[in-house]
Amino acid sequence: MNSNNDILQVQNLCVDAIDRHGKTMPIVCNISFSIAPGQITSLIGESGSGKTTVSLATMGYSRPNCKISKGKVILQDEDLLNLDSSQIQQKRGSDIAYIAQSAAAAFNRALTIGAQVTEVAVLRGLMTRQQADLRAVSLYNQLGLPNPETIGRLYPHQVSGGQLQRLMAAMAMMCHPKLLIMDEPTTALDVTTQIEVLQAFKRLIREQKVAAIYVSHDLAVVVQMADDILVLKDGRMVELQSTQNILDNPCQEYTRMLMDAVPQLQLPHISHQPLTAAAAAAADKLTPDPVEKCRLENTVRKEANSDVLLTLSNVTAAYGSNTSTVLKDISLKVNLGETIGIIGESGSGKTTLGRVISGLMVPSNGQIEFQGRVLNNTCKQRSREDLRQIQFVFQMAETALNPRHRIRQILGRPLEFYLGMTGRAAEERIVELLDLVELSAEFIDRFPRELSGGQLQRINFARALAAEPKLIICDEITSALDTLVSKAIIELLINLKNRLGIAYVFISHDLSTVAKLADSLAVMRHGEIVEFNKTGNVLTPPHHEYTELLLDSIPKLRTGWLEEVSGLVYNPV
Amino acid sequence: MRNIQSKSSPFRDLLQNLTPTAIICLSILIILIVLAIAAPWVSPYQPTEILTDESYHLMSDSMLLGGDYLGRDIASRLIYGLQITLGVTFVVTVLAFFTGCLLGFLAAVLGGIFDTLLSRVIDALIALPAIMIALIVIASLGSSLPVLIVTLALIDSTRVFRIARALAMNIVASDYVEAARVRGEGLKWIIWHEILPNALGPLAAEFGIRFTYTILFMSALGFLGLGMQPPHADLGLLIRENMQGLLFGSYAPLYPALAISLITITINIFIDWYLQQLDSALPSEF
Repeated sequence: MNSNNDILQVQNLCVDAIDRHGKTMPIVCNISFSIAPGQITSLIGESGSGKTTVSLATMGYSRPNCKISKGKVILQDEDLLNLDSSQIQQKRGSDIAYIAQSAAAAFNRALTIGAQVTEVAVLRGLMTRQQADLRAVSLYNQLGLPNPETIGRLYPHQVSGGQLQRLMAAMAMMCHPKLLIMDEPTTALDVTTQIEVLQAFKRLIREQKVAAIYVSHDLAVVVQMADDILVLKDGRMVELQSTQNILDNPCQEYTRMLMDAVPQLQLPHISHQPLTAAAAAAADKLTPDPVEKCRLENTVRKEANSDVLLTLSNVTAAYGSNTSTVLKDISLKVNLGETIGIIGESGSGKTTLGRVISGLMVPSNGQIEFQGRVLNNTCKQRSREDLRQIQFVFQMAETALNPRHRIRQILGRPLEFYLGMTGRAAEERIVELLDLVELSAEFIDRFPRELSGGQLQRINFARALAAEPKLIICDEITSALDTLVSKAIIELLINLKNRLGIAYVFISHDLSTVAKLADSLAVMRHGEIVEFNKTGNVLTPPHHEYTELLLDSIPKLRTGWLEEVSGLVYNPV
Repeated sequence: MRNIQSKSSPFRDLLQNLTPTAIICLSILIILIVLAIAAPWVSPYQPTEILTDESYHLMSDSMLLGGDYLGRDIASRLIYGLQITLGVTFVVTVLAFFTGCLLGFLAAVLGGIFDTLLSRVIDALIALPAIMIALIVIASLGSSLPVLIVTLALIDSTRVFRIARALAMNIVASDYVEAARVRGEGLKWIIWHEILPNALGPLAAEFGIRFTYTILFMSALGFLGLGMQPPHADLGLLIRENMQGLLFGSYAPLYPALAISLITITINIFIDWYLQQLDSALPSEF
């Protein structure tokens, strides 16, 4: 941290939110840091910690109903906060560039990529069209994009998500910015794609000597990218240190918690213990309900015979008129009380598999057997009892819970619908369910918008539990959550699994999360299961080639991993 | 950042954010509605009672707004006209919303052939000018109150259908409706408990706007002589009856015209305010 040639200096930055009645509330307070050329400082924290607010403030921007109330943002000896809006407008795009989380949403689908990448430079008159095109091609080269000469002529939908994210970087670097701000640029990408993008970004930042801010909630990724890490919590600085120092000895308790929450893959040991009679007896004390007790005993008895709960045989599914097959000949078996993890990248068909099992999507071929009977393909044709036995938990709790229903109705409906419970009995059961997902009974009269993301996901899960199912399909239920929150949800699932003996199909793109929970793993790619085995076996070498790739792609919580993976060595400035 | 409150009433929140303009509009509307409901007690005379031989009697203590072309009390006729216009419009709009929303929601939930057929039929109805449909139906069936109400409701419901369908399409695609479907819920539950509560805000605003359109449309029909038949009169017919008065310097046709503008403008301003509240009530991301 050398203050003489720092490109960006942020001093005592404060941002206030203004509510409808004109009252101000600080959302970010007293933030100070500086960045030298070619260096990356990372802002890390949970959602609501103010990391995006800080990164936007370094562009002299605050969102509607927010105001930068104090502090300095000095970009090359000039305080951005003293400039008027037209001057600052000139800085943005040329001196300061921004890479948004989702390139897919940021690109205009009606224009070619090249036109959009060069737009600002040409519009500002900084370059002629020819110069801009040349610069774009050289940037494409540096970012390792395929066919750099011609890729600019394609439209955004013709390239992959990872490529689009790198094209967005090219757009940002077009006018030789001094400061580059990246807001969760790889969160929407698969692990294997993420590596390429991270490498390309890092190389570019070193070569072009820009100061970069990297905003993320994923500590493992941040460790690969950042030279310095600034930990934020509730709008305040918790800690600012070099990456190595943070890893070796974090000063603050909160930083340590963040590091502990990063899911680490344990090879090849797995923590799951089968439900034994002793465990069932222990569970007895926890759940005195006789119905539940009976079910537990049944579960134990059946698991001893390893009864098959669900069998998929040769299931094929396609969208449209069989033109794009998303599932090819899938066969899968789920035993009573067993947890199957389904792993794959986006487009691998893992979500479709979950939807086929639940009856939301109709397979074009093959059959689904549940408890020895063949299930109807659509949920309309299935009996209410079949529907009750298989519950589906959606990825985004915010959208899966009706915003106009109180928690009482959200949890009460399956009770009434499947079990005919109303009135006092239902009320008591709802409180029990809330207790089961570790929420207090006072939530019962709240609306979903009054709950946090983690609490919503618990309600979402409790709704599935309310039906007292034999099988719960969880579709990426932790992927939209912060690391700490998602860790808590996983712990809850493990706890409930041992208590209730429900079988799970746990769909995720995150191998390290699933490995904690699943008894067996199914690795999917392009609509096929490439490997299906006990979790321990999948994780013990020798791996299947693709599994190996997935395993190697998970960022490790140590510096230098990104360079090792690629064999890329950079020379420190 | 989420606001965690133990209990909040959306209605109370709404009242707290009333602006002066909204308060004025709301009071005017309430006064007019009360006047219309209390017409038999408020109006000084019977609306059909001929009080004098003189046409376009001037304003006096006994006739507050003067007399019309037959010597009837304008104030009384205005109050009863208000009652008829507001009453018929309310019934028409409620009917239109009931059928329009029901069909629109059904089209969105069922989709497929049902949606396609219904949408094309309604597109065809929308393509015909509303006044033409009304002219043809009323001319062939004769002008009576039931015919008037059903015709207006039918025309309005095609417009409501479009909006209800578009609203419901968005909601049907949401995860919570999918969750209800996978739970095995029937049509009735999905429409009543999943779609309707979430469409209610925009629909309420649309109700207000449709209400004003219906008033204008009905007044136009009244003015053309296709609406209410004398001696009963809605606001549109009141203008037509007394149009001649303008030649004699009487304000008689201006009062009903003023009443129509007052209702439509205040409703519109009030709806604007209400829509603003809806927007700001949306959850904001920090």
